[in-house]
Amino acid sequence: MEVTRQKLDGLESDLEREKFRAKQMRARDMLRGDLDGKELEDYVQERVITSTLEKAFDWARGNSMFPLTFGLACCAIEMMSIPGSRLDIARFGFEAFRASPRQADLLILSGRISIKMAPVIRRIYDQMLEPKYVIAMGACSSSMGVFNNYAIVPADKFMPVDVHVPGCPPRPEALMHGIIELRSMVHDDPTLGWRARYSAYGTEEVVPKPAADATGVNVFGAGGTEDEVA
Amino acid sequence: MPDAAGLEKLAAAIGPETVLGTVHTDCRSEISVRPEAIVSVLAKLRAEGYGDLRSVHGVDYFPEEPRLCVKYEMLSRELLDRVSVSVRVALDDPRVPSVTPDWPTANWPEREAFDMFGIVFEGHPDLRRILMPEDYEGHPQRRDFPIGGEPVIFTHNESSVPGWFA
Amino acid sequence: MTTEARDLSGYRQMEESVTLSEESFVEGDRELLTLNIGPHHPATHGVLRLVVTLDGEIIRDVSPVIGYLHTGIEKTAEVKSYWKAIPVIERMDYLAYYFNGMGYCGAVEKLLGIEVPKRAQYLRVIHLELNRIMSHLVWLGTSALDLGAISVWWYCFREREQLLDLFEMSSGQRMHTRYVQIGGVAEEIPRGWEEKVREFLAIMPERADVYGDLLNKNEIFLQRMRGVCPASAESLRALGVTGPLLRASGDPWDLRKAMPYSSYEDFEFKIPIGTQGDNYDRYAVRLAEIKESVKIVEQALDGLPEGPYITEDRKVALPPRHELATSMEALIHHFKLVTEGMRVPEGEVYNAIEGPRGEYGVFIRSDGSSKPARVHMRDPSFVNLQATPALVEGHLLADMIATLAVMDPVIGGVDR
Repeated sequence: MEVTRQKLDGLESDLEREKFRAKQMRARDMLRGDLDGKELEDYVQERVITSTLEKAFDWARGNSMFPLTFGLACCAIEMMSIPGSRLDIARFGFEAFRASPRQADLLILSGRISIKMAPVIRRIYDQMLEPKYVIAMGACSSSMGVFNNYAIVPADKFMPVDVHVPGCPPRPEALMHGIIELRSMVHDDPTLGWRARYSAYGTEEVVPKPAADATGVNVFGAGGTEDEVA
Repeated sequence: MPDAAGLEKLAAAIGPETVLGTVHTDCRSEISVRPEAIVSVLAKLRAEGYGDLRSVHGVDYFPEEPRLCVKYEMLSRELLDRVSVSVRVALDDPRVPSVTPDWPTANWPEREAFDMFGIVFEGHPDLRRILMPEDYEGHPQRRDFPIGGEPVIFTHNESSVPGWFA
Repeated sequence: MTTEARDLSGYRQMEESVTLSEESFVEGDRELLTLNIGPHHPATHGVLRLVVTLDGEIIRDVSPVIGYLHTGIEKTAEVKSYWKAIPVIERMDYLAYYFNGMGYCGAVEKLLGIEVPKRAQYLRVIHLELNRIMSHLVWLGTSALDLGAISVWWYCFREREQLLDLFEMSSGQRMHTRYVQIGGVAEEIPRGWEEKVREFLAIMPERADVYGDLLNKNEIFLQRMRGVCPASAESLRALGVTGPLLRASGDPWDLRKAMPYSSYEDFEFKIPIGTQGDNYDRYAVRLAEIKESVKIVEQALDGLPEGPYITEDRKVALPPRHELATSMEALIHHFKLVTEGMRVPEGEVYNAIEGPRGEYGVFIRSDGSSKPARVHMRDPSFVNLQATPALVEGHLLADMIATLAVMDPVIGGVDR
C-alpha cells in the first residue's frame, strides 16, 4: 500500500480542483475536531477505515489462498508438483491444500470433467464460501481439449471460471503463472474476474443490513445497496 | 498364439457343433463360437490349459451383420500362449450368457461392454452402467452413435457455427 | 441465497447406481452403517467413489463406483488416423504414458507386420523403464502421504522432477511425450542425454534406500502395512489381477520375462516377489522394482546399438527432414502420412505389455482404412480395482485407505 500526494496544479479542470479543495477542507475540519456525528462517521467510513481495510483484506486474501485438494486427471499430477521443492508455491502462500471445500478459497480444475463428474464439481463449488476463485487448468477443463466427444463438458458450461491455464497438461510453471495472475487480480480488485467477464454483477453474497437502531458502525463497508457499493 | 494346426486342434477339442469358424493371421488366433455356448467353450479352454481370462472387449461391426461382438482374450501361462474367442450377436437380440460366475475378472469388463454397446450378459450378478451416468441414454461406443462434442471454430466455419455469430 | 424447493426425486433415481449391502441393516443391538467416500476425497487417489458398509469399524461390504473420469478416449481414437491417435491413447493412464503408447504402437506394428530397428527397441526400453521408476515414485509419494508420512512425498517428487527433465530433453514434453512412434521412436536422443541418464541412475538406487530407511523404521507405517489385507495368489489370479499386486503374493508372473517384447530378453533382471501378500510386500516389491529398472536402463545404455531410430518404411515413418528438400518421393510420402495417415491392413490384434501396474493390453480392429475401427484398452487399474472388495472385506476402515494406496489405481486408466 502506498500513499500518494497529488499536486493541486496537476488536476485537469477547475471543477476537479474545486472538488479536491473541498476534500482538503473537510480533512482539515476533521483534524481540528470540527466534524462530529453523522458527518464524522461518514467521513471515517469513506476515507480512513473502509478503503484501507479492504485493501488489507485483498492483500491478505491474495497472499494466503487455500486451494482445494482436488485432482481430476493428468493435470492433477502436475498440480501436485507445485508445492514440491522445485517450484515451492509456499512462496506465494498457496501451499495449504485443504481437503474440505468449506475451508478452501480456490478450486483448481485439474483435468477433464466428464458429464458424470460435472454435477459433483458444481456441488463442491457451491459448498465453498465466498470469496471463491476457480482456475481451469489444462485444455480439457477449459475447452474439452483433444477429447471433443460425448463424455466431456468444459467447465465454463456449468460454473464460473476466473483463470484458464492452457496446456495439455500445463507445465507447473504455467499453473504458477495462472496462480500469480489470480493473485494480482485479487490484490487489485476482487470483483474483477469472472463477474466482470460474465457481467454477473449483483450476484455477490450480501451481508444482511444491520437493523436501523443498531449502534455499531459497519466498518466492512459491505451491505450497502447496489448504488452505494458502486 | 497357437499356429494354424494348433488352432484347428483347439477348435476340434471345443467341438465342431459350437465352433463357427477360426481366424488365423500373423498376429492373432481367434475361434468364433455360438453365443449360447460361450460358458462351456471357456471351460473347455481352461481344461486345455488356457487358465486366465485377460480381457473382454465389446466390438461393433457396423455395417456388417450380426453387428455386435464380444471377444474374450484367453492366456495360457503354462504354454505362454494367447487365443481369442469371439461371439457375434445381432443388434435386436444382443444377449450373451455371462461368464462372470466362472471368471470373476469378467465382472467389470462385461458391465463396460453393456454400457458401451448394449450387449446384455445374461446371468451377470450386477449388470448396470459402469462408466456413463445411470440415466444416460444410448450406448456411446457403437459405430452409429455420434461422437458428440462441440464444433471447433475456424475462420472457414465461424459463420455457420451456432452461438458464435448468433 | 435462493431457497426454492428442489425436486430431489431425479437425484434419488441416479443414486440407484449404488449397490447397498444385501445384509440386514440391524443385527441384534448393532446397526450397519453405510458410508460414502468420494468421488471427491483426498485419500481415493482421484475421483474414485467407494460405498462402504461398516459394522463398527469393520468393513462388511465395499462397492467401488467408477466412471467419474470417463473420457471416451476409445471413441475419440476411432475418428483419428492411426498415428494421430497416439497422443489420445497416452492420456489414458496418465502415469504410464510411455506404456500406453508402446502398447498401442506395438499393436499397430503387429498389424502392419513391420520390424522395429534394434536401436529403437532399446530406446523404448530405456524410456519405459524410466517411466516405470517415475510411476512408482509418484505412487510411493502419494501412498506415504495417505498414511501421514509427508516427507517421503517431498523426496519422491524431487526425483520425479529429475526424470521429467530427462523426458523433456528427449521428447520436448514433461508428460504425454508421444515419444513412442509406430515403427520406432519419434526422435533420436539428444547429445548429452545419455550422460544425464547415467547421472540419474547413479543416484537412484541410493535414493530408493533412503525411502526405505524413512519408511521401514517408522513404526506407524509398519503397523499399517505389515500383515494388513493379505491375499493369496490364487484368489488374485482368478480376479485377473496382474503386476506388482500379484507378484507381492508370490506369483512371479511378468510379461517382460514370460513373453518378451521389444528386446527385453537381452537384459538381465530379477522379478521381485513377496511372500505374505500383505501391504508391506506390495510396497517392498515396488521399491525393489525401482532398483531392477535402474539395472535394465544401465544395460540398455551400455548395449545401445547404432542404427536408425525408426523403421525405414516410408509408408509408416516420416522421411528425414533433409530428404524433403531433395526428393520428390519423400515429399509425397510426407504429405500422404500427415494428411491421410497410413493404411493398415484389415485385421485384429491384441498386444499386451507389462506396465507399472500390470498388463496393458491394446485391442485394435482395423477395417483397412487409415483410422482404427475399434481401440480397446485392457487397463490394469481397471481390472485390479475389481479386487478391492476381496482385499478389504473384514478389515478395518483405516486399513482400506492403506490398501487402496498400495493398490495404486490410476483413475484415468480405470475410466478411460
